[in-house]
Amino acid sequence: MELAPLLLLLFAFTLALFLGFELIAKVPSQLHTPLMSGSNAISGITVVGALLALAANEPPFARWIGFAAVVLATINVVGGYAITDRMLAMFKRKEKP
Amino acid sequence: MEILINLLYIVSAILFIFGIKWLGNAATARRGNRLSSVGMLLAVIATLLYGGLDWKLVAAGILLGSVIGLVVALRVKMTGMPELVALFNGFGGLASLLVGAAEYHKLHHRGAEDYISSLAAQTGITVPLAFAAVAISLTILVGGITFTGSLVAWAKLSEKISGRPWVFAGRKSLGIFLLLTALAGAAILGAQPAAPWSAGLLIGLVAIALAIGIVITLPIGGGDMPVVISLLNSLSGVAAALAGFIILNNVLVVAGCLVGASGMILTIIMCKAMNRSIANVLFGGFGAAGGNQTAATGEMKANPWKTPIMCWRQRAVWSSFRAMAWPWRRHSMP
Repeated sequence: MELAPLLLLLFAFTLALFLGFELIAKVPSQLHTPLMSGSNAISGITVVGALLALAANEPPFARWIGFAAVVLATINVVGGYAITDRMLAMFKRKEKP
Repeated sequence: MEILINLLYIVSAILFIFGIKWLGNAATARRGNRLSSVGMLLAVIATLLYGGLDWKLVAAGILLGSVIGLVVALRVKMTGMPELVALFNGFGGLASLLVGAAEYHKLHHRGAEDYISSLAAQTGITVPLAFAAVAISLTILVGGITFTGSLVAWAKLSEKISGRPWVFAGRKSLGIFLLLTALAGAAILGAQPAAPWSAGLLIGLVAIALAIGIVITLPIGGGDMPVVISLLNSLSGVAAALAGFIILNNVLVVAGCLVGASGMILTIIMCKAMNRSIANVLFGGFGAAGGNQTAATGEMKANPWKTPIMCWRQRAVWSSFRAMAWPWRRHSMP
């Protein structure tokens, strides 16, 4: 069995892990909640997996589970970005005066 | 097409990285959030390019989810935002769990060999069957914990249930016992993925995962929920990354891992801002300092204004206060 491509995926995983650790360091405390909310929206990336479960040649039950997953993940993504934007808009208003 | 899809995935991963980076700075935060939303759009479009999907279900699912998410996010009151983030996070965790369940059903329905070879045809990666089975089990485990944990956090913050810590004897051992049982179940599934009883084992695993989420979060007080939500947010990223290992999708692995790692760092930063450790928050200090019972236990009550959400609420209150005061000041100027 050819395992090199799978190891490449593990390699990407490891690099992303360290990048994620280094990415945020000095975050002002008022940005904690928006940052949490914004990265929560990114974790809705699982929508990609949900979409791929909807392949037309899959058994119907798997497709219905996939459909539920698409709905939930899309709520996570769209709602997450919208609410983060609303939070950050409030900071904008504060800075103007 | 394969090449285009993967190039788009790379672009979207870059946008996520800059999105998170910019979110950590007040001047660029809003731009960062929009940038990462563009990254998400690209990732979804690239995935649709694979083709062969059940388009009716795809359109209906995306439409339904977008409408619900948008309406709820735009209507919620300012003070209700933190608990809504918890709820959204729970949905993300449940979605990962369902992805795991759907993939398991495919594996079971079509037979192991057929499943692995069709996966290899789509992604160009051949995996051992045990790897796929363990990835499915772990996705379900982490997704389930994220789901119920976030639901409890949501219920506590929105005062659907009491925010007081529900402390019961042996909760820590119960949590550890459930976790070990779940990991053993995942190992058995990895060893015997195609056994006829494996579906039952998987359903048991779902139940245990859901139970762990509740057992971990119930004993934590409402004032500590921001830290818990941040930790669960990190877990939902891990769940997404694990789901990426099932379907061998690199953007899922990378983006999920970024959220998992940066969410963990954010959790630690938030704990430090409260002068506490993660263990102290999770276990209320019991046993954290060798049975030192004078250590802070349960929920932090001394200064709720110092918790991040409270700081944020306080600032929000201030901003509306200043917005109200501004025209008045202008008129009264000599």
